[in-house]
Amino acid sequence: MIGFAVRRLIAAAPTLIAVLTLVFVIVRIVPGDPALVILGDQATPEAIAALRARLGLDRPLHEQYLEFLFASLTGDFGTSLVTGRPIVSEVAAVLPHTLDLTAAAMLIGTVVGVPVGIWAALHRNRAIDVAARILSLLGLSFPVFVSGIFLLLLFALHWRIFPVIGNADLADPVDRLHKLVLPAITLGLVMAAYITRVTRSAMLHVLSEDFIRTARAKGVPWRAVVWRHGLRNALIPVVTVVGLYVGILIGNSVLTEIVFNRPGLGKIIVGALNQRDYAMLQGLMVIYCFLIVVVNLITDLTYGLIDPRVKHA
Amino acid sequence: MTRAAAPAVVPVSPLRRAAARFLANPTTGIGIILCVLVALSAILAPLIAPHDPIEQNVVEQLRPPGGDHPLGTDYFGRDVLSRILWGGRISLIVSLTAIAAAIAIGGAIGMISGYVGGRFDTFVMQVMDVLLSFPSLILGLIVVALLGPDLVNLVVAIGLTAIAPFARIARAPVLALKERAFVEAGRALGYSHARILFVHILPNILSEVLVMGSLWMATAVRTEASLSFIGLGVKPPTPTWGGMMRDGFENILDAPWLAIFPGIAILLLVLGLNMVGDGLRDATDPKLRAE
Amino acid sequence: MPLLEVDGLVKHFTVTRGFPRPVTTTVRAVDGVSFSVRRGEAYGLVGESGCGKSTVARAVLRLIEPDGGTVRFDGADVRAARGETLARLRRRMQIIFQDPYSSLNPRRTIGQALTEPMRVHGLASGRAARDRAAALLDEVGMPPSALDRYPHEFSGGQRQRIGIARALTVEPELLIADEPVSALDVSVQAQVLLLLRDLQKRRNLAFVFVSHDLGVVRWFCDRVAVMYLGRIVEEGEVGAVFTEPLHPYARMLRDASPVPDPAGRGVLPRIVGEIPSAANPPSGCHFHPRCPHARDACRAAYPSWRRRGERGAACVLV
Repeated sequence: MIGFAVRRLIAAAPTLIAVLTLVFVIVRIVPGDPALVILGDQATPEAIAALRARLGLDRPLHEQYLEFLFASLTGDFGTSLVTGRPIVSEVAAVLPHTLDLTAAAMLIGTVVGVPVGIWAALHRNRAIDVAARILSLLGLSFPVFVSGIFLLLLFALHWRIFPVIGNADLADPVDRLHKLVLPAITLGLVMAAYITRVTRSAMLHVLSEDFIRTARAKGVPWRAVVWRHGLRNALIPVVTVVGLYVGILIGNSVLTEIVFNRPGLGKIIVGALNQRDYAMLQGLMVIYCFLIVVVNLITDLTYGLIDPRVKHA
Repeated sequence: MTRAAAPAVVPVSPLRRAAARFLANPTTGIGIILCVLVALSAILAPLIAPHDPIEQNVVEQLRPPGGDHPLGTDYFGRDVLSRILWGGRISLIVSLTAIAAAIAIGGAIGMISGYVGGRFDTFVMQVMDVLLSFPSLILGLIVVALLGPDLVNLVVAIGLTAIAPFARIARAPVLALKERAFVEAGRALGYSHARILFVHILPNILSEVLVMGSLWMATAVRTEASLSFIGLGVKPPTPTWGGMMRDGFENILDAPWLAIFPGIAILLLVLGLNMVGDGLRDATDPKLRAE
Repeated sequence: MPLLEVDGLVKHFTVTRGFPRPVTTTVRAVDGVSFSVRRGEAYGLVGESGCGKSTVARAVLRLIEPDGGTVRFDGADVRAARGETLARLRRRMQIIFQDPYSSLNPRRTIGQALTEPMRVHGLASGRAARDRAAALLDEVGMPPSALDRYPHEFSGGQRQRIGIARALTVEPELLIADEPVSALDVSVQAQVLLLLRDLQKRRNLAFVFVSHDLGVVRWFCDRVAVMYLGRIVEEGEVGAVFTEPLHPYARMLRDASPVPDPAGRGVLPRIVGEIPSAANPPSGCHFHPRCPHARDACRAAYPSWRRRGERGAACVLV
C-alpha cells in the first residue's frame, strides 16, 4: 500500500507541472498588454511600465515561466494587485467557509445518493427506481444558481426560516451551521443526483455479474449477497467517479457562494475578475490545480484501500 | 472463442432496434418534446414574441405577470416573455457551436491518438487529462475573462472545456476497433490510414459520440447560463437567460418573477437535453441491452 | 524463382513493466524463419497457439513491421517498399482472417466492402465495379442479392466467403490464410476448404495456410513447415512430414491429432509438458524439456538445420 501511495505521488508530479504550464499559457494568451488591460486606456506610460516591471512582464518568457513554476511549487502564489496582500493569506481567510460548504455538500450527496442509488438498483424499473431516476435527472439539470435562487425565494424570503445573507461568524458554531444549511442543500442536491446515478448503475452492473449468481446459487441470503458482495464491488466505481465530480463541485461552489453571498473562493474569483486582478486569478488557478491534484491522489488511494487488486498492480 | 462474443444474428438492423427502444422510453419522448419546444420558440422568437426584447419602457417598469405581459416586465419595462424567447437563441447558438466544435476537434484528437497508439497516445491523453482536471466552469470563466465576453469567446471557452471529454469518448472505441480484422484487412488492401480512420472507423464510433454530444449540450447550456449569471455572458442589452437571472437576482425582493421564469427556461432546456441523452444512451448501450 | 521468399524473418515484441526499476522483457515471437512458396503452391504453417505462425503471416504482409530478415515477393523486396510500391505489392498478396465476425465492417454493405478496393486501386468503379463484385460473389458461391446487405445478415460461413471475395477483388497471386476455417462449424469448414481449393486451381493461387489443425493442412497443402516457439523445426512435403516426422515435436503433434490412419490408431498421444513462454525460451533446442530424446548437446546449443532430400529439420536425430 505504501509503495502504491509513493508511486501515485510521483506520478502526480508531472501532472501538476503540466497543469501549471497550462495556467501559465492561459494567462499569457490574453491579447494585448495585460498591464494596459489592468490600468485602462487613461494610464500613463510610466504607470504601465511600472506595472509591467512589477508583474515581471518585461523579462523573457522562459524566465517568467521558470520563476512561475518555482514560485508555485514552493507555495508562493503571488500577491494581489488590488490589496497588495499575499494571495495565500487572502485565500486562507475565506477557506474555512468554502471547506464548510463543499464538505457539507459532499456529505449530503453521499448520505442521500448512495442509499437511494442502491435502493433504486434493487428495485429496478419499479416506482421507486423510476422516481429516483427522474429526480436525479432533475437534480443534475438544475444549474446551482437557479436552484439556489429558488431555495432562497422559498426558505429565506417566503417562509423566512433561513437567513438571506450567508456571511457566518466562524467562531459561533450555531450561526455557522444555520447559514450553511441552504447553500449546502443547494450544492448537495447536485452531488446527490450524480452520486445516485453512479451508485445505481454500478450496483446494477455488479448485481449482473457471475459471482453474484454463484453466491445466490450457493444459498447465501439475498441480503448478505447485496451487502457483502454487491456493495463493496459497487463502491469502487462510485469512489472514482465522486473524485471526478470534485471539479463540478468546485465550479458549482463558486455559483453557490455568489447566490448566498457567502465569503469564499468563489467570491474572491469574481472579485478578481471584476477588478482585473490578474495576479489573483493566476494564483487562484494555481491553488485550484493543487486542490484537484490532491483530490485525485486521495481518490486513487481510497481506490487502493477498497480494491485489493490495485495494491499489487 | 471469438464466435461466442459475436452478437446473435437478428434480421432487424441494429439501428432500427435502437430506434424502437428509444421511442419506447417515455423519458426520451418528453425530452424530445422539451428540446423541440425550446428550439422552436427560439427560432420563431421574431414572429411570436409579443414585444421588443430590448426596447425600454419606463412606464411599464417591474410589472408583475399578467395582462399584456404574461410573465411581467423587468426594471427597464422590458417584456420578460419576449426576452426569454430571444434569450433561448443565445443559449442554443453558443452551446450548439461549442459542442459541434468540441466534437470535431476533440473527436479527431481522440481518434488519431487512439489509432496511432504508443507514446504519442500516452502523451496526448496526458495533455487531455490535464485539461480535464480543470473545473470546467473555472476554465470557462477565466478564458472569457481574459479574452473578453462576447459570443465568439463564449463559444471558444465552452468548446475548450468539452474537447478533452470528447477526445476520451472517441478514443476508447477506436482502441477496440483498430484490433478488429476489418482494419487489418483494409491495410492489406492498401487503404490509407486516413481512409481507414475516417471511412471505416468513424461511422462505428459516431453514435457513441453523438449520444455524449446531447449530454454535453446540456452542460454547455448550463455553463453559458452560469457565465452570463456571473456577468461574463454576451453583453447587455442582448437578452440571455443567465443575464436575466442576474437582473432578477438583484431585484429579488421586489420582483421575484424576474428570476423565476428564466430559471425555469434554463431548467427545461437542460432537463430536455439530459433526458434525450439519457434515453439515447440506454438505447445504444449494449451492456444495458443484455439484460 | 519462388513467388514468395522469406529469409531469416525476425519479430520481437518488448514489454516494459515494473516500478521503480522497469524490466523490459523481449518476446521472440518470430526468431529467424525462412521458407519459400512457389507460384500456385499451397504452403502450410502449423504449430500450437503462440508459436508465432500468425505473426509470420502478418509480418510477411507488413501488417506488423518485421525486425529483421528479408521478404521477397516475385523478386521485389517487400520490407524496403514504401508508399505506392508497397500498395502495389500488397495488392498482389492478400489475407483471409480467422474471425469472420470481425473481418467485415459492420457499418458497410457487402457491395461497399467489395467495390472499395477496386476504386482505391483504380481497377474499376461505378457500374463496372458492381458487376465485378457480383461476379466475385458468384465465384465464392453467394447470390448477387448479397451486395446490398450488411454483414450481420450473414452466417459465419457466408461471411468467410465474403471475406474471400474481398481478398480476390484486387486479383492477388498469393493468399495468406490465417486459420481460415477454425472459427467455423465442422460442416461449414469442408465447404470453405473446397472453395479455397477450387480457387487455387482455377486462379493458380499460391497459399500460405496457417493452421493448428493438422488434418486440414494435410488435405489442403503441398508442403508444410512445423513451427515451435518462433522457429521452424521441420519442413517438407506434407505427406512425408506427417507420415514419417523427423523432429520429435512434429511427431508429438502428429500423434496428438486425429489423423485418419488405421495404423496409427491405439497409439496414445505422447504429449509431455506444456509449451514454454516465448519470453523465456529454454536454452539450446527450445524443445528439449519436453523431448524424450533430449541429450546434453540439445541443452547446450540450438541444433543446426539438417537436410534430407526435399526435407529438413532442426534436430540432432536427423
